[in-house]
Amino acid sequence: MTEFLSALANYTFMQHALMACILSSIGCGIIGTYVVVKRIGFLAGGIAHTVLAGMGIAYFMGGSPLLGAVIAALFAAVFISFIKLRWKQQEDILVAAFWSVGMAIGILFISRTPGYSVDLMSFLFGNILLVSKSDLILMMMLDIVTVGIVFLFYKQFMVAVFDEEFARLRGIRIEVYYTLLMCMVALTVVLLIQIVGLILVIALLIFPAACAAQFFHSIFKMMLAATAICLLATVSGLAIAYQPDLPAGATIIVTAGVFYAVAIASSRLLKQLQKKSVAN
Amino acid sequence: MNPIIEIDNVSFSYSHVPVVRDINLVIHEGEFLGVIGPNAGGKSTLLKLILGLLRPDAGEITVFGKSPDKGRSRIGYVPQYPAFSRDFPINVCDVVLLGRLGETRWYGGYTQEDREIAMDALKAVEIDNIWNQSIDSLSGGQLQRMLIARALASKPEILILDEPTANIDVRAEEDIFALLKQYNDHMTIIVVSHDIGFISGYVGRVACLNQTLLCHTTSEINGKTIEELYGAPVRMIQHAH
Repeated sequence: MTEFLSALANYTFMQHALMACILSSIGCGIIGTYVVVKRIGFLAGGIAHTVLAGMGIAYFMGGSPLLGAVIAALFAAVFISFIKLRWKQQEDILVAAFWSVGMAIGILFISRTPGYSVDLMSFLFGNILLVSKSDLILMMMLDIVTVGIVFLFYKQFMVAVFDEEFARLRGIRIEVYYTLLMCMVALTVVLLIQIVGLILVIALLIFPAACAAQFFHSIFKMMLAATAICLLATVSGLAIAYQPDLPAGATIIVTAGVFYAVAIASSRLLKQLQKKSVAN
Repeated sequence: MNPIIEIDNVSFSYSHVPVVRDINLVIHEGEFLGVIGPNAGGKSTLLKLILGLLRPDAGEITVFGKSPDKGRSRIGYVPQYPAFSRDFPINVCDVVLLGRLGETRWYGGYTQEDREIAMDALKAVEIDNIWNQSIDSLSGGQLQRMLIARALASKPEILILDEPTANIDVRAEEDIFALLKQYNDHMTIIVVSHDIGFISGYVGRVACLNQTLLCHTTSEINGKTIEELYGAPVRMIQHAH
């Protein structure tokens, strides 16, 4: 622990890593809450894996992989929400197709990239210790966009995830808000890929909000709690991984998983205790 | 009295199975209309057509002289089954506030006025004491009242209810109809029910629906009508033309 703290004080890369944890937790808490209550974890997974295509193409063309990731994620989000709204029956198959074909395209482009071979592992599992200043600035911008849009359209998103039929009756254009929400899921996925990579991103998107759902019965409180839990999971994962030099992304995910298990167990226990106290 | 909903020769089928046929019905301002008929007689379908959630295969519907998807913002709708999941993390007041959408400002949170209107709606249906309870703890009757409050929160000119008393006990049923009777002073009300005997004490006119439509005033309901409606749809169709 002391090594972790002194590294934090002395090394820029550790300070960047900590900033990355804070910035990604904001998006994770807000958007993860929508993903959990709307039960679209699988769709978010589809978007995450399509991102590899964008990163691979960007690498091949010598562009910024993060920018490629943003473009691919938004493309996947628009397409997947179109699928969800229009072809409900085949949703799972089409999302799975995006999931695997996206990854395959990414791998093909990476294998064809001339020059030095790209470290595929850092795309797949993230590398929080390599987050650069410009990455942090992009992450901050993504956060500002997410918070701003959610603040503006809080009511519309609420009705869109709660009761689509009623939303239509009140003149809310559900297609627009659903697609917008999926685009924000996409941006958050990109945000989190920096930390844990695209394979593990779904766990980080879902676990904190799912923990919060055990204890809070309001979207707003869930968002705040999920942000705090995500911050706690990423920072403590980073701290645990530092001294024995474990992969940070994987350690963070295991930490978040443990949090989730503890949350479920303690909410069960709490309910049983409440029942007993009512019975007595 | 002004006609506010006009249904002109409307037919609708779900993938070739006709559900409603050649419906003609004009609903006037201030009416209390009961829609009755057997299960699968097309009652809910007729409501969804009026609300523009379904489009007729033939014929035309206008709501306040406009197409349903333009006119429906002035309708408050209480569905038979809530379209949301009961474990969604939301409390009673926040559900009722959703009724303000389309009426309130487009950005940010709700205004103080929205909150006052929502609380007034909760008081009207007598569940203001549970405004901050989460919806997974509600009884069937409380849930029904919450849905009515949500519809009232948009200050509708027409209130449409689909089987509002299907999942609640008799006393709560009487309460809800007494409440609707009271709202009928300044609102047009359309209620779908399978319980003919019960609603005839409240409504001004009934529309009997079994694929096609017969209209009667309350006084005309008798054993013969009921038998025709529920027992012999073919004969009723002959009767209609």
